[in-house]
Amino acid sequence: MRFVDEYRNAAAARPWIEAIRALVTRPWAIMEVCGGQTHSIVRFGIDELLPPEIRLIHGPGCPVCVTPVELVDKAVAIASRPEVIFCSFGDMLRVPGSASDLLEVKSRGGDVRIVYSPLDALKVAGDNPGRKVVFFAVGFETTAPANAMAVAEARRRGLGNFSVLVSHVLVPPALEAVLSSPQRQVDGLLAAGHVCAIMGTGEYAPLARRHRVPIVVTAFEPLDLLQGIHMVVKQLEEGRHEVENQYDRLVRPEGNLPARELIREVFQVKDRAWRGIGVIPMSGLGLREAYAAFDAERIFDVEGVGGPESPDCRSGLVLQGIIRPQECPAFGSPCTPDHPLGATMVSNEGACAAYYRYRRHTPA
Amino acid sequence: MDIQLNCPVPLRHDTIQMAHGGGGRMMRELLESVLLPAFRSEALDTRHDAAVLALEGSRLAFTTDTYVVRPRFFPGGDIGELAVYGTVNDLAMAGARPLYLSVGMVLEEGYPIEELRRVAASMKAAADRCGVSIVTGDTKVVDRGKGDGLYINTAGIGAVPAGLSVGPRHVRPGDAVLVSGDVGRHGVAVMSVREGIAFTTPVESDCGPLHGLVGALLGGGVVPSCLRDATRGGLAAVLNEIATDAAVGVEVHEADIPVIAGVEGACELLGLDPYYVACEGRMVAFVPGDAAERALAVLHATPGGEGASRIGTVTEKGPGTVILRTRLGTRRILDLLSGEQLPRIC
Repeated sequence: MRFVDEYRNAAAARPWIEAIRALVTRPWAIMEVCGGQTHSIVRFGIDELLPPEIRLIHGPGCPVCVTPVELVDKAVAIASRPEVIFCSFGDMLRVPGSASDLLEVKSRGGDVRIVYSPLDALKVAGDNPGRKVVFFAVGFETTAPANAMAVAEARRRGLGNFSVLVSHVLVPPALEAVLSSPQRQVDGLLAAGHVCAIMGTGEYAPLARRHRVPIVVTAFEPLDLLQGIHMVVKQLEEGRHEVENQYDRLVRPEGNLPARELIREVFQVKDRAWRGIGVIPMSGLGLREAYAAFDAERIFDVEGVGGPESPDCRSGLVLQGIIRPQECPAFGSPCTPDHPLGATMVSNEGACAAYYRYRRHTPA
Repeated sequence: MDIQLNCPVPLRHDTIQMAHGGGGRMMRELLESVLLPAFRSEALDTRHDAAVLALEGSRLAFTTDTYVVRPRFFPGGDIGELAVYGTVNDLAMAGARPLYLSVGMVLEEGYPIEELRRVAASMKAAADRCGVSIVTGDTKVVDRGKGDGLYINTAGIGAVPAGLSVGPRHVRPGDAVLVSGDVGRHGVAVMSVREGIAFTTPVESDCGPLHGLVGALLGGGVVPSCLRDATRGGLAAVLNEIATDAAVGVEVHEADIPVIAGVEGACELLGLDPYYVACEGRMVAFVPGDAAERALAVLHATPGGEGASRIGTVTEKGPGTVILRTRLGTRRILDLLSGEQLPRIC
């Protein structure tokens, strides 16, 4: 497979592993921010290839995992209404709310549909003028431009039956929270490549400076991750704390300017709750007042909907890199992908799911 | 007094979910907690694709399957072919020579008869290709909106050669694990049409019969320990089922599992794992280790088996566990899926 196999080549990986070994003189903890990176690390066993001094910590970068339980409950409430066609990316469907999930709504007769793009949801709205079509606009900066485009396009076409349930979160404020935590364990960061492809790298320099932490923008394939880890370790060993870009085949310092403009046009930065972590100031996006007519939370009046999270779930600590998935008392029992207590166990990119799926019990 | 000795596993859901048909852990739970305890029979307990029944001196393999596929016509096949090949393959997996099929159809009011003609012709062509006769059938019509156009059930009977017994209980540590060709094609082919996703390399379903490969193995003097066609749940589900039912470990090598570029690319894009994506014409064969080379040579020389590969070995370690040796040389679990695979956000 062109442009993928090259980055999974064992022979090409070996020199990077040797180079990391040769560099390391003391223990370092490196956090990969993105859930896609976490899954790559565990799926390919990259952590097993590293010298024991390097500890990888899994960060908060799974949009499915950090979508607050009350918003899943609101999604469930809206999707349960007979006049609604509820469209979502596939991996949100199994995420547990406080009492139910979207797949259960579907099995009870709710019209819940998987789409691959918010523009598909827009098409559903165009095809079903008699129904109300709601799109669950979840994600980091990566999915925000397409979601913004869907809303802007709906307004341009006067689609009065389309709305979005917004749960956009922003990476830099979350990193600020992780790095300024008194429980901080992180020495260096692998920033999420796709997020930076949209937003550029400008927001990371102040973080690196303030917290004296090297940040390397990194892609998702095994070779990318090994190279990113090498760059972080090199900085740490040399006592530097700068922003570097491993993913320069895609990421430009200024990011994708038209995409950023589109986000700014439709969304505004606001406080956001992160599942398991709590409210992080100015860490999310909400629709601007000019687009209030497309805000599903207002249209369906779901103010106050939402129950509590499972008290046994420690996903918030996992997301902040404070504990590893298997250190949670509920991991593996009672919390499994069949009976998830929290989203980190159910999401494709959740750290707990990665450990359960790939590491649960590897016989020697 | 009839005493219920099986303790049904508690199910998480009190209604049927889509994942209960997905070939993963939830489907297994449903079978183990509801259907197998209710039906209780020795033949069902063998957990094989077809039941082998003794009948006045001869041995018959008997199986049934129901086909619900959307869209009904997809790149590389249609629901009719699938319904014939699927049941033929289940018979073949018991080592049987397929002989007779029954066809039951549930038709939805308003379903075009012209399409039914096409499906029926396709079934007949597939049956001829397999050397089986369609000997009995049934049709039912349901109200508009109460079906999905057409559902097909087929049941099949085949003859099992004297003395031959294949199944999970014959699998032993040291057995080689072979796959008859690349995996994941059917699921991607169906998805590409169903979800309207166009890929640069169009992927055709692998939908096809496997009895020829089984016949060639037996004819070549290879007696497999166990055969299983990879359908829902893909290769990973088959390996996990056999590992569990035979109480053995299985170790497979990522570098040896054939996946065509179109399937790999589509799965990358959607965040799916090709080892969990459905096949409809691929056989996983467990053969004694010392027969592995011969078995591969036979498969390579037989139509449909050109792409066969030895992907791993049965071990004593970790009964019920499938381990994948990654391309980077590390090891990880290849688990049974919890629900259906769902495409990811980004």
